[in-house]
Amino acid sequence: MSTSVLSLADVHKSYNVGTAVEAEVLHGIDLELAAGEFVALIGPSGSGKSTLLNIIGLLERPTSGKVRIQGEEVTALDDTGLTRLRGRTLGFIFQFHHLLPAFSALENVLMPLVIERGRRDAEMRERAAALLDAVGLANAAEKKPAELSGGMQQRVAIARALAVRPPLVLADEPTGNLDTHTGDDVFALMRRFNEQHGSAFLIVTHDPRLAARCDRRIELVDGRVVAGAR
Amino acid sequence: MPFEFLVALRFLREGRMQTLLIMAGVTVGVAVVVFITALITGLQANLVQRTLGSQAHIVIRPPEEVARPTLDRASADIAARVESRAQRLRSIDQWEAVFARLAETPGIVGASPMVSGPAFASRGNASKSVAILGVDAELYRKVVSIEDDMVAGRFRPSGTDAVIGIELARDLGVAMGDKIRLATAGNREDLVTVVGMFDVGTKDLNRRWVFTSMKLAQNLLDLPGGVTNIDLTVSELFGAEATARTIAGQTGLLAESWMQTNAQLLSALRAQTASTLTIRVFVTLIVALGIASVLVVSVVQKQKEIGILRAMGASQGRILRVFLIQGGLVAVVGSILGSAIAAALVSLFARFVRSADGSALFTPLLEPSLFFTTWLVALATGVLAATLPARRAAKLDPAQAIRST
Ligand SMILES: Nc1ncnc2c1ncn2[C@@H]1O[C@H](COP(=O)(O)OP(=O)(O)O)[C@@H](O)[C@H]1O
Ligand SMILES: [Mg+2]
Repeated sequence: MSTSVLSLADVHKSYNVGTAVEAEVLHGIDLELAAGEFVALIGPSGSGKSTLLNIIGLLERPTSGKVRIQGEEVTALDDTGLTRLRGRTLGFIFQFHHLLPAFSALENVLMPLVIERGRRDAEMRERAAALLDAVGLANAAEKKPAELSGGMQQRVAIARALAVRPPLVLADEPTGNLDTHTGDDVFALMRRFNEQHGSAFLIVTHDPRLAARCDRRIELVDGRVVAGAR
Repeated sequence: MPFEFLVALRFLREGRMQTLLIMAGVTVGVAVVVFITALITGLQANLVQRTLGSQAHIVIRPPEEVARPTLDRASADIAARVESRAQRLRSIDQWEAVFARLAETPGIVGASPMVSGPAFASRGNASKSVAILGVDAELYRKVVSIEDDMVAGRFRPSGTDAVIGIELARDLGVAMGDKIRLATAGNREDLVTVVGMFDVGTKDLNRRWVFTSMKLAQNLLDLPGGVTNIDLTVSELFGAEATARTIAGQTGLLAESWMQTNAQLLSALRAQTASTLTIRVFVTLIVALGIASVLVVSVVQKQKEIGILRAMGASQGRILRVFLIQGGLVAVVGSILGSAIAAALVSLFARFVRSADGSALFTPLLEPSLFFTTWLVALATGVLAATLPARRAAKLDPAQAIRST
């Protein structure tokens, strides 16, 4: 299984543990993702998709169970270890773009590189500019996020997620608040990067058309995987 | 540019109004601290100069006769009787040896032997009770800046030349070059020529002091080869008392510092210093609270950005430093602006605040070390004040921050 980029074994997640409102959101998730796979994560609202993505993204810890990313078991890692692994292996694309408003499009794209190396240098600029060019935004490099349309912002976010060439990109409803046409463009862009760079994608989507165009569909209902675990 | 500086600068620039507000806070704080300190330092230097300009920092005298070890100290009535007896003029035992040793003691920058005692100065029918101060002009000038107080002639008591105060000159009706007669209790007398007149700012001293050569004073006071006291200047003004005690311990002589003779001035100086310190501490506290509260708000506003940065791989330490640096940057910029304002205030003060006759009251002292320490304190305050907000930022749950859109 050396080609496995992600593997979850019996992952549980409860919120408000030890209080009266304790609630288990994920009830034992088993999941495998191979390197370079392009997978849709579908399910009704409140089924736990974002929670699952956050756990895979090392932003939240599971209550129990094992998470392996690139073969590395993450349960034992402390915050520093998680942060390092996250920066090196994961790219994020969120529904609400989540760009840094104080920075230009280009700076947003190179920020993961700056974080990885600790400082900004000229070589990064070229790489970030090339990425922006690849998402068709070469002309918007110096624009602030507020000056860009929703679709453009999401394309900047995609370029940013790919800056460190992560083996796994996590996207939480990346087309959720874009019109169909723009959503299709953004989806096509992710597909293209997947094919060109070999990064695996795990994409949360409510759009059955887009889900149908993925390699595989994992379906989550009430915190359980009901289809597509492998 | 390092990640932390890049983000800190951008956050500051983005939070325009807030950044301006805390910077203004630091600027005003630094300006107040620097200006008040310069003012008080200048005032104190002026007071000290006025008081100690005509006075030695430490005066060394022979021990009182009552302090003889063989005397029965328990016998109070004898002690009282001995003390009440007028002290006759005595020389410091082997003063040359003491003097040589003092001149080599670190912290002592000037030493001047003196032969002083009571006398009468007369011219024609006028006669005044005075104090003869027989000095070596060269050495004395190193201890007391008497040269600055000369209103006529120069400070050159030598041979039979004497330097007297303006009040005495008026009382006796003498002018430069006139002769006056000095007489002492032992029926010794001498004619001296007035070659200089001083005004040390105190009428009583202007009336009483008559500077002569050491030799002349020794003759008049019947102390051949002796000196009655040694005056000292120290480099560390407020260390004078400690130095005096050390000297007294080493030599067995009496050593009195200006801090003893001017206890009131000293306590006034100390009270000023304490009140400046209080002002500084409170201003620093207020500035620190201002920085901290603005940054706390900024952390709340920047939750989402912090979450994004964490998701992209920025460690807690990095986020912590981003906010510490913001505190530091605000402090540095505020310090520079505040110092400039303080310097402007000082020059305005020196220009416009003047005494009735138009002369400067005193000049506030802007020492480089004042800027240096203020900047250091400001920087430390900025960084420390940022600690709490920075911790909050670092501990922020990134998942929570990203979900809360
Ligand atoms: N921090 C939290 N504390 C308590 N409950 C939470 C928290 N985050 C999510 N939940 C709950 O977990 C469930 C799954 O949420 P989520 O993962 O966002 O679902 P989805 O993304 O599939 O819509 C929901 O019922 C939600 O209310
Ligand atoms: Mg969701």
